[in-house]
Amino acid sequence: MTAKEEKTISAIEEQELFTFAEFDEEASERTGYSNYSYWGSTIRVFLKNKSAVTCLIIMISLLAFTFIQPYLPNQKNPITVHLDPNTGRQLMNHPPSKEYWFGTNSIGQDLWARIWSGTRTSLLIAIIVGVWEVAFGIAFGALWGYVRQLDALITEIYNVIHNIPTTIIMMLLAYIMRPSFKTMILVMCATGWLGMARFVRNQIIIIRDREYNLASRCLGTPTSRIIMKNLLPYLVSVIVMRIALSIPGTIGWEVFLTYIGLGLPIDTPSLGNLVNEGRRLIMSPSLRYQLIFPSAVLSLITVSFYIMGNAFSDAADPRNHW
Amino acid sequence: MNMIRYTLRRLWQSTVTVFIVLTAVFLLMRLLPVEGYFKDAYDKMQPEQRENILRSLGLLDPWYIQLKNFYAKLFRGDLGQSIVYRPKVPISEILSAKIPYSVKFGLTAMALSLALGLAMGVIQAREKGKFWDKIFTAYIVFINAVPAAVYLIFTQLYVTSVTKLPILFDRTKPSSWILPAVSMSFGGIAGYAMWMRRYMVDELNKDYIKLARAKGMSSTAIMVKHVMRNAFVPMAQYLPTSVLATISGSIYIESLYSIPGMGGLLVDAISIQDNTLVQALVLIFSSLGIIGLFLGDVLMALFDPRIKLEKRGGAR
Repeated sequence: MTAKEEKTISAIEEQELFTFAEFDEEASERTGYSNYSYWGSTIRVFLKNKSAVTCLIIMISLLAFTFIQPYLPNQKNPITVHLDPNTGRQLMNHPPSKEYWFGTNSIGQDLWARIWSGTRTSLLIAIIVGVWEVAFGIAFGALWGYVRQLDALITEIYNVIHNIPTTIIMMLLAYIMRPSFKTMILVMCATGWLGMARFVRNQIIIIRDREYNLASRCLGTPTSRIIMKNLLPYLVSVIVMRIALSIPGTIGWEVFLTYIGLGLPIDTPSLGNLVNEGRRLIMSPSLRYQLIFPSAVLSLITVSFYIMGNAFSDAADPRNHW
Repeated sequence: MNMIRYTLRRLWQSTVTVFIVLTAVFLLMRLLPVEGYFKDAYDKMQPEQRENILRSLGLLDPWYIQLKNFYAKLFRGDLGQSIVYRPKVPISEILSAKIPYSVKFGLTAMALSLALGLAMGVIQAREKGKFWDKIFTAYIVFINAVPAAVYLIFTQLYVTSVTKLPILFDRTKPSSWILPAVSMSFGGIAGYAMWMRRYMVDELNKDYIKLARAKGMSSTAIMVKHVMRNAFVPMAQYLPTSVLATISGSIYIESLYSIPGMGGLLVDAISIQDNTLVQALVLIFSSLGIIGLFLGDVLMALFDPRIKLEKRGGAR
């Protein structure tokens, strides 16, 4: 400290430098209490992400519309073949009009109705697969992580399955079974849970032997309560995210399997089938609407779920809370 | 010493996996209805004729004998004969004409996605939160979320009409090589960019970078010597897989642009139900995947001395 500074400080009266603060009981309590709530913060961070909230709103309205659409007035049946009132023949490739909002397809079915029916089918598959992935993944992963004797064996099995490309497993299974709704779900369920199981296993191995779990166990807490209170909260965010992200994933796989000719039977409208039907007509520009409409709906759904899933996983990470 | 032990152990594991997969695939294919072995003549044939054909193909033997014959043939490099696609032609002959196309396209696309993807990731990390970062992020989200079939079809439709590039592949026209190779790299670009960005953003906040900056290293030198170098290590793991995957080709691109490669062949073989051809292709594709992962793990262990070879992460 220079002599000059010393001078300046000593010039200030001691009274001004140090004063007693009033004792404030409220303030002392405030430091010991945190109003942090995991879900509150998660939701707050999520809501701050504008594009994710937009996607959420789009998605909720779209989902609601998809499921009430058949009950609205003046809706057509997705598999009825419409006839031309003048000629009595099939109303083939009718361009979008007041009567047929999205036009008709190559055998005269209403594309508008088909798209929403297809969306229902595809979403149903995606949700079943997502739920299975999470349910089976967690059950298997918990077994894998908790039962030490099984660890080595299951790890070896995992390595074998994990080494085979997913595409190949799905294609082979779809190839040897008859195309149907059941086949589709079975094929998609065959591989997705692996990643989830591995994640859960790793989490459980990390968390299992932490001190607070040891303490709980010493105090005689039943295992079910340890799992519910100490383990599951770590997994909830991941579970929600996996379901959200498995929807674009499953729709993508469905489009892929349909593309290579192993999809749902053609009389069941699904997003994959519609895109594939549209693809066959791309060489005539006036019929491209049959590709563009299903692709647009499909992209809207997949992009929204993808953005939402990622935003949620960011929001659920406590490091992004404040 | 440790390294050799790890490699051998991993090699053994991969070999076992290959055998399990080969056996499983072979047995699964036996579950298929036998009609697939007759081309279109099944309905016209007498039951005795059918039986004769099946016997000559060895399909009436018990499954373990079939399996033994299958392995015996495989060790001689014989993948069997095509039934419907090009009847009685050895599959290895069909494949040898197809592989060069797939590999050429695959390697071009790989080079493109590495160059563009890494550059994109670096730009994003340096401009974090600004204009280009947002544009590229939108691209990555789009590519990851929308099924490849959809955006590839639209690329083929609209880019060809705007640029006047040929819509189908033609060996003799060099311009018809451009679009398939470029659109094949879309996914790779997004993948590498996303990875590079995340990695660099994480890494730039670390203490050793601050130290390097404090001791007066230039930003470029930090990038090249520290960040990029470390970023490459995990990438080494996926490199062999990507290189080998070029052999199997891209299913979408090859069938969309009618390129006579392996991926397109698989789609054809499935649609005409040529069982032996499907079987051979599935075997090749899955073996390539397994070999790729093996090489990747070994390469990664070579590159990064910090990886502990014997201890599995977290397992006690």
